[in-house]
Amino acid sequence: MATIKVPANTSPVQDAEALHKACKGWGTDEKAIISILGHRYSYQRKQIRQAYEELYQEDLIRRLESELSGDFEKAVYRWILEPADRDAVLANVAIKNAKKDHHVIVEIACIHSPEELLAVRRAYHNRYKRSLEEDVAVHTTGDLRKLLVALVSTFRYGGDEINARLANSEADILHDVIKDKKVNHEEVIRILSTRSKAQLLATFNHYRDDHGSSITKHLLGEPSDDFHKALRTAVRCIIDPKKYYEKVLRNAIKKIGTDEDELTRVIVTRAEKDLKDIEEVYLKRNSVPLDQAVAKDTSGDYKNFLLTLLGKED
Amino acid sequence: MALPQELEALTQAFSGHGVDEKSLISILGKWHPEETKTFRKGTPHFFIDDERQFERWNDERVRLLKHEFMRFKNAVVLWAMHPWERDARLIKEALKKGAKRHEAYGVIVEIACTRSSEELLGARRAYHSLFDHSIEEDVASYIHGNDRKLLVALVSAYRYEGSKLKDDTAKSEAKTLAGAIKNADKKLIVEDDEVIRILSTRSKHHLKSVYKHYKEISGKHLDEDITDLRLKETVQCLCTPHTYFAKLLDATLKIEVDKNTKKAPTRVIVTRADVDMKEIKNEYHKLFGGSLSNKIEEVANGNYKDFLLTLIARGG
Repeated sequence: MATIKVPANTSPVQDAEALHKACKGWGTDEKAIISILGHRYSYQRKQIRQAYEELYQEDLIRRLESELSGDFEKAVYRWILEPADRDAVLANVAIKNAKKDHHVIVEIACIHSPEELLAVRRAYHNRYKRSLEEDVAVHTTGDLRKLLVALVSTFRYGGDEINARLANSEADILHDVIKDKKVNHEEVIRILSTRSKAQLLATFNHYRDDHGSSITKHLLGEPSDDFHKALRTAVRCIIDPKKYYEKVLRNAIKKIGTDEDELTRVIVTRAEKDLKDIEEVYLKRNSVPLDQAVAKDTSGDYKNFLLTLLGKED
Repeated sequence: MALPQELEALTQAFSGHGVDEKSLISILGKWHPEETKTFRKGTPHFFIDDERQFERWNDERVRLLKHEFMRFKNAVVLWAMHPWERDARLIKEALKKGAKRHEAYGVIVEIACTRSSEELLGARRAYHSLFDHSIEEDVASYIHGNDRKLLVALVSAYRYEGSKLKDDTAKSEAKTLAGAIKNADKKLIVEDDEVIRILSTRSKHHLKSVYKHYKEISGKHLDEDITDLRLKETVQCLCTPHTYFAKLLDATLKIEVDKNTKKAPTRVIVTRADVDMKEIKNEYHKLFGGSLSNKIEEVANGNYKDFLLTLIARGG
C-alpha cells in the first residue's frame, strides 16, 4: 500500500501557480513545495508540470533544480520525474559507480514487472540516446557484467504457469553450483535471468524442500566478490522485495552519517507502491517505526519531505 | 499420344518452388489413361517400376510434392499473420529444428538482428502468449553450444534506435573486434565477451560506423574476416541487411535445393515485403545482374509464383 496522503480535490493549474509563487523572488518557500508535491500522485505531478510549462514557458524541474539544493533537491528531483524516467536516471547514476552501486541495477531489473522494466529501458533510450544494456556492459566486466546485462535485458514471461519438474532440476543445478563453489556461473545466470518469476519462486521452494536450507542462506557463505553480491541481491529481490527494501533502509539509517541516496531512493520509489508494507516489516524487525528512525537521522527540508512521503507530517 | 511439350510442361509443373496448378489441370486433367501411363513411364524420378508390373509413385517424391502444394498455403498463412506472431513462430520452429540442423539457428539471428527494436519486442510478447515462455529462456535452455551466449544476447536486445553515436567509441570498438579476430585461434570469437557486448548492445547506427572503421583499419569487411557462421550472419544482418537478404534469396531460389532451404524465399519475401523489399531488389540487381522477379519466374510455379511476384512488387 502507498503511504502518501493526497487530498480529494486538486487543480494542476492552482498547484502550478502556487509553486511558481513559492519560487518567485528571494529565497524559496520549501514548505509550500513539500506541501504540494508531497501530496500528489505521479499522474498529478505530470499534470502540474504541463500546467506550469503552459503558464510560464519554463520546465518546472529546471526551476526547482535551480532553487533547491542538497539532499532535498535530489529527493524532489527524483520524486517529480515519472517512474520510468526516474528509474532510468537512478540506473544511469548507479552504472557510473557500478562497483559500489550494482545492487541498484539489480533492484530495478528484478523487482519491476516485465512491462515496467521495458518502460525503464525506453525512458533510458529517450534520455541518454543509448540502451541501458549497452551502458551496463561498458561499465562492468566478467561475471558481474554477464549477470547484470542478462538481468536488465530480460523480458520475462509474466504468467503463473510453472513446470514442477523443471523447478526441481533447476533447483538441483543451482545447488550444485552454490555448494560446490563452481567457477562457471553460466547456468546460474541463465536460470535467474530468463525464467519467469513464478517459475523461479517454485524453483526456490524446491531448493528449500530438497536441500534443507533456503537458497539465500546458502548464498550467505559465498565469497564476497561483486558477482556474488549481485547474485544475492537478485535472489532476495525476487523472493521478497519488501524484506529486501527493509534491509536497504536499515543499512542506510544505521550507517554513521546515514546514506541519504539509499534512503531517498527507497522512499521515493516505493511511496506510491508498497512503502506501507515495508514500514510494517521495518517496525517488526527494528521495534522502531520507520518515520521515527528517519526523523532522528535526517534534518531540515529533506527530513520534512521524507516524512511527508511517509504520510506523516512533522 | 501425349505431346513431348506436354510431358515437359508437366515435369516442370512439379519441379521448382510451388506447383503449376494451371498446367496440372489443363494437361493431366484431360489426358487419356495411355497418355498418363506414358508420363509415368517417362519420369523415373517420379515413378518407379514396381516388380508387380505397374509404375509406382516414389514415396519420397510424394512427400516432397506435398510440401510444394503447401508452399502457396504456407505463404498465405504467414502473410496474413501478425508480424509479431510470425516472428515468434519462426523462432520457435528454428529452436526445434536447430537441435539437428544448426543452420536453422541462423533464422534466430536473422529475426533478432533485422527487426526494429519495437518489432523484436512485439515478437517477444507474442512468444509469451503462444508458448508461455520467454524467447530468451527457451533459447538459453534449448541451445547448449558455443552459440548460446550470442543468441541469448541478440534476442534480449532492446537497442537504441536513434542516430546519435560517438565516433571514437566506434573506432575503438572496431579495433577491439579486429584484435578478437586476430586471436580467434586462441580464443573462440563467438564466446568473446567484448565481441558479444559490442554486437548485442550497440545501436545499429553505431554498428554501421564500427563496420566502416573496421574496413579502414583492416582493409576487409568485418563479416568477411569472421569464419564463425552465426557471428558472420549477425554482422551481415546488423550492418548490411539488404545484401544479406539479396544473397540469401539468390542462394535459395534454385531448383535443386533441399526442403529446408526452400523455405527461405517465402520467409524473406513475406517478412520484408512491406519493410525494405525495394532496397533488397536493388541490391539483388547490383550483385547478380538480373532482376529478382525474373529469378522467381525461372524457379517458381503457379499460384505460389504469382503470390511472390505480387508481394515483391508492393513497394515499387
